[in-house]
Amino acid sequence: MRISRIREAQENGQAAAEELFRLDPLIKKYKGKKGSMIPLLQGAQELFGYLPRKAFLKIASETGLELSDMYGVATFYAQFRLAPVGKHIVKVCHGTACHVQNAKALTSALQDTLGVNDGETTEDNMFTLESVACLGCCSLAPVMMIGDETYGNLDGKAASKVIREIKLNEKNAS
Amino acid sequence: MEKTQVIVGLGSCGIAAGANKTYDAIQNIMEIDHLDIDLKKTSCVGMCFREPLVEVIDDTGYFLYGGIDEAKALEIVERHVQNHEPVKEYIVKSDLFPTKDDSYFEGQVKVALRNCGFIDPEKIEEAEEKGAYKALQKIANEGITREAVIQTVLDSGIRGRGGGGFPTGMKWKFAYNSPGKEKYIICNADEGDPGAFMDRSLLEGDPHAVLEGMAIGGYAIGASQGVIYCRAEYPLAIVRLNIAIEQARAKGYLGENACGIQGFYFDLYVKEGAGAFVCGEETALIASVEGERGMPRRRPPFPAVSGLWKKPTNINNVETFANVPYILLNGPEAYNQYGTDKSKGTKVFALTGKVKNGGLVEVPMGMTIENIIFKLGGGIQDDKQFKAVQLGGPSGGCIPAHLIHTPVDYDSVNATGAIMGSGGMVVMDETTCMVDLARFFLDFTQKESCGKCTFCRMGTKRMLEILTRITEGHGEDGDIEKLEELSVQIKDNSLCGLGQTAPNPVLTTIKYFRDEYEAHIRDKKCPAKSCVQLLTYEVIADKCTGCTVCAIKCPVDAIDGARKEIHFIRQEDCIKCGECYSRCKFEAIKLS
Repeated sequence: MRISRIREAQENGQAAAEELFRLDPLIKKYKGKKGSMIPLLQGAQELFGYLPRKAFLKIASETGLELSDMYGVATFYAQFRLAPVGKHIVKVCHGTACHVQNAKALTSALQDTLGVNDGETTEDNMFTLESVACLGCCSLAPVMMIGDETYGNLDGKAASKVIREIKLNEKNAS
Repeated sequence: MEKTQVIVGLGSCGIAAGANKTYDAIQNIMEIDHLDIDLKKTSCVGMCFREPLVEVIDDTGYFLYGGIDEAKALEIVERHVQNHEPVKEYIVKSDLFPTKDDSYFEGQVKVALRNCGFIDPEKIEEAEEKGAYKALQKIANEGITREAVIQTVLDSGIRGRGGGGFPTGMKWKFAYNSPGKEKYIICNADEGDPGAFMDRSLLEGDPHAVLEGMAIGGYAIGASQGVIYCRAEYPLAIVRLNIAIEQARAKGYLGENACGIQGFYFDLYVKEGAGAFVCGEETALIASVEGERGMPRRRPPFPAVSGLWKKPTNINNVETFANVPYILLNGPEAYNQYGTDKSKGTKVFALTGKVKNGGLVEVPMGMTIENIIFKLGGGIQDDKQFKAVQLGGPSGGCIPAHLIHTPVDYDSVNATGAIMGSGGMVVMDETTCMVDLARFFLDFTQKESCGKCTFCRMGTKRMLEILTRITEGHGEDGDIEKLEELSVQIKDNSLCGLGQTAPNPVLTTIKYFRDEYEAHIRDKKCPAKSCVQLLTYEVIADKCTGCTVCAIKCPVDAIDGARKEIHFIRQEDCIKCGECYSRCKFEAIKLS
């Protein structure tokens, strides 16, 4: 079970001020329809990048869905996040093919480069490091995905280099 | 003279390898040079190891180019398209001359993948040209009854391609026999097995085959609503499915009097999964479609009697549905000419791991593992020693090198202790530690266990703890027996397939590689040199030149020695990172 994923909400003031009205069209679309809980949560996460506490409360009060059911569903599926994430989500594939091609080395190198553990977000909210089950690019193993870009045939050094390049780009942009 | 066709493979793995950039480069040069060519998109032909792929079809023949980045693409346009001189060094397949990659196609029979890589999946006209929806039209034109459709599927002998291997025709018959006006047909596209991507490629490459298969199934069992439950991790597949559904509706293949079958209404929609391996199980999948936590329920009642919204429901896998139109159109004999006595037809495998030619292959059932890995797959990377192959992912088991002549069909594979599964085939060489592999799978199933059954929830956790301990050098006498005992209990006391099969990787690795377990437990050694904590790095005195590189590079200063003196690694401080081993130019570090 994914108990380890249930972390204390790390919401700060900024996140609490989410523009909740953006949920309105979504609620209108799904309200009263059967089987709508997962699409509602997926939609809310699409809007905010994660599921803010206030979004739960708003959806519950306006659709009549039970808060406990919603929380149950949100903690059951790997897709849902209860805490804000960094600007870049670094997904390191740990599927079987990547595992036998030493995906462990990628994660440990990235942990060193980013200074966070697996599943955590860097202090500057720039990167979140995640392990995922399978990205389906098994023939390019080991693989990681940042945004929509997939990087294949990596080792620890190459993965760290990608991160450093992104950091550099961010620095130049700001 | 026909226009020269240039076709770029844009499946997920192609895109990951940079196929979009290749496509853009060709499009650019086309516009700049006003080239009169037909630039098209297609999906994956299965040769993932040669992505990005570009096909050129002209008056002289067919040429498939592999490993084409932007620069090579421009070279091909200039030399082949403009000057009619094929660039031989990049060609991986052609109908004019043999290539070294031909062995990859030898023995393959494309039934489910018949159109993958040959059509633009976003254009229904191209699918129609290749025969899409012809089977539905045949049903309409010849007035084939629902019973006859089911009989045809029964006669073909096709068994569920998702892993269970239950005869598809029987399943349809059960749903057909269930009373009720409202019935559902569901396509299970929740391909959660890490290391398998057959369904993804099929959905991305030929979504119409799946839609047509579902419509035929809907007609046969009397369902008017279909649901495709697809992993959210497959965004491209979802996009292409939705495009295909729109196009099929517009053409009248779905909806009222679907495909001209009077009185038959059929429509379907895509439901995005949210990431839970257990949702591959039928009853958990249904719970998930209903918006609940995806927890399995007790059977009976089977979904055929009481499934989605408590109505009779039939669930099949993507690959199964993709086979159905072929069977209906060409007859059961055309299908069951392939395969073995009890396993008919063909099966798609995702060949990955330490194999040279990783990709998708579709072969007749009964081909030997040796043939698949060494002929189609081209052998082991870096010509290392083949050790084992994992079939069926976390629910399956490994088949060791000495059983390499095992034919791949349901019964022969089951006899080894593995299962056919959905078709993931992960090849391992001498550097893969089997104990660590078992730990890896248990880590996966333990995380994915929904928590409903105690034996699965707690049992997998305890097994994982034991395996982790063994790989970290703290194994104890009796651990193997404990693992075996737990395995039996978890198998016997779990409700669904996840729990019932979770111990398989452990049981098969113990069965075939017991000596490796014993080496870990008794000698605290990892024969594959993979379990980090069981490794020791030592300086070979004769070879050490005292260059100090290892001492400088050691991140924890665990290496003593001055310039031109023999160095020494203090084992108590060594973190086994391997930095000294990879840095030493004189091969003076011994790993054991």
